[in-house]
Amino acid sequence: MNMTFAEKILARYGGEKHVQPGQIVTVQPDHLLMHDNAAPIISKIQPELKQYGIFSKKLPVIVLDHVIPAAAEKNAAQHKQIREFVKMYNIPYFFDVGYGVCHQIIIEKGFALPGMLLLGSDSHTCSYGAVGAFSSGIDRTEAAALLLTGETWLKVPQSIKITLQKKLPRFVTAKDVILTIIGDVSASGADYCSVEFHGAIAQFSVDERFTMANMGVEMGAKNAMFPVDEVTQQYLRSIGVAKTKFKPVHPDSDATYHKEVTYDLSQLEPVVAVPHSVDNVKPVSEVEGIEIQQCLLGTCTNGRVSDFQAAAKILKGKKIHPNVRFLLLPVSRAVYLEAEQKGYLKALVEAGGTMLPPGCGPCLGAHQGALAPGERCLSTSNRNFKGRMGCKDAEIYLASPVTVAVSALHGRITDPRRGMN
Amino acid sequence: MTIWKYGDNINTDMLFPGKYTYTCSTPDEIKPHLLEDLDPLFAKNVREGDLIIAGKNFGCGSSREQPVLGLKAVGIAAVIAESFARIFYRSSINQGLLLIECPEAVKAYKKGDPVSLDVSQGTVTVGSDTFSFPKLPKEILAICDAGGLLPYTRLRLQQKKKR
Repeated sequence: MNMTFAEKILARYGGEKHVQPGQIVTVQPDHLLMHDNAAPIISKIQPELKQYGIFSKKLPVIVLDHVIPAAAEKNAAQHKQIREFVKMYNIPYFFDVGYGVCHQIIIEKGFALPGMLLLGSDSHTCSYGAVGAFSSGIDRTEAAALLLTGETWLKVPQSIKITLQKKLPRFVTAKDVILTIIGDVSASGADYCSVEFHGAIAQFSVDERFTMANMGVEMGAKNAMFPVDEVTQQYLRSIGVAKTKFKPVHPDSDATYHKEVTYDLSQLEPVVAVPHSVDNVKPVSEVEGIEIQQCLLGTCTNGRVSDFQAAAKILKGKKIHPNVRFLLLPVSRAVYLEAEQKGYLKALVEAGGTMLPPGCGPCLGAHQGALAPGERCLSTSNRNFKGRMGCKDAEIYLASPVTVAVSALHGRITDPRRGMN
Repeated sequence: MTIWKYGDNINTDMLFPGKYTYTCSTPDEIKPHLLEDLDPLFAKNVREGDLIIAGKNFGCGSSREQPVLGLKAVGIAAVIAESFARIFYRSSINQGLLLIECPEAVKAYKKGDPVSLDVSQGTVTVGSDTFSFPKLPKEILAICDAGGLLPYTRLRLQQKKKR
């Protein structure tokens, strides 16, 4: 059949036997993700909603996460508008303030399953490739049209195959892998492409695959995915999804790729994306010593139990540097509870951390933990664009939870291999 | 006509800062903040019919559509770039903002060069050189011809109802 993952899945949803890059197919996604932006989305189509209703009440999954709890009256009014819409159209998949970040909810609650196709009005919708789904971001207008019609067009992308070989050294994480790749291929290196991760992927949990797929868009990718294996199956069992509920799509071994790259993971080291672009990646050792005033541990990129575990292991019984504000942002309520029960949050709060409610928090600069001119934040999030955390004269550095935890201890960017010895 | 020239990877936070994403949605709310952190003179001086010329990966980052709505609202005639990020590209089709992917034209452009477009012929002229850019596939042209995705969707819903 010689088709890549994207070709196979778009053939399946487009009703074609075979498709090739560049071809346009019409698809009906399994779900449409919206968050706080559901308010402006439904505002666009009030007359049409009245006249035609929504395509299917089971299509949208709506999660309030971007500015929660509401920072100001305007946000509160938007949230209220969304709740009223959900009630009026009897939408079953609605997650109000406090459930967590939309992308985590989609995976945690089993809305994204292997072989499915999802679209969402958020650029990090590409995350669901972590469980072998095809997922991609769209804008608000397209989400509005999808609510009404349930279908849209997709161009079959070219595919890039990234083969990961051997094992990662200690203190080097999935975040370092994806930052290294983005640094190499550049912020535009995967524009319009589908990215597939292959090779020694069994060493990566679904949490870690999430981190990597999540950042696919930072190299321009349309979607990013890991083939379904025993790790995926075990994760799905753990959230109560029966094997009969999904049909994985595996890329063919003789598929044609636009580009193929291979990484020897044993040679990688901890890295940091320095201001103001995600592909401006340097080894931590090269930027060591830079003073930081804020650390952010969490977000949809690195806010899961394993991330808090890694940080707690480093900071348990210690105190962070007095000049650092250490913000803890669990990606969901379920993660919050588990990390709390396992004692990770206690260790991190005792070390000097501040808990934020499960949501997007400071990542997009709309509220909570904005930066002042001249300040620097070391963050586990996915973007370090100028102005991203609310201030154009501040700097954002991106790194792994391990590097962030060790650096919080020292008040400076610190190589975890050195900082822990 | 002013030609606004920018570099590679002009991201959505530069085009429209994230801190306003959940408070500004209408063109009038968006306009004053367009390109705020990249070029404070832009919002003040941009005029209808102006062009933007940029490098690779224009519009990368967030799926927020305020940059597209804003550029359309201030009357940007087209953005000519070496390449575009895909969500921004889709969003521009949805809003009817003309994007032209033509790396040769961008590379040829020097400050002060006159630039003109012939959309029906699919050409852009920079100084004395003319470059062609690929036409959109017919499925996508149908959206552009309808005036954007929402008018296109309205048409389709009406047709469906008639049937």
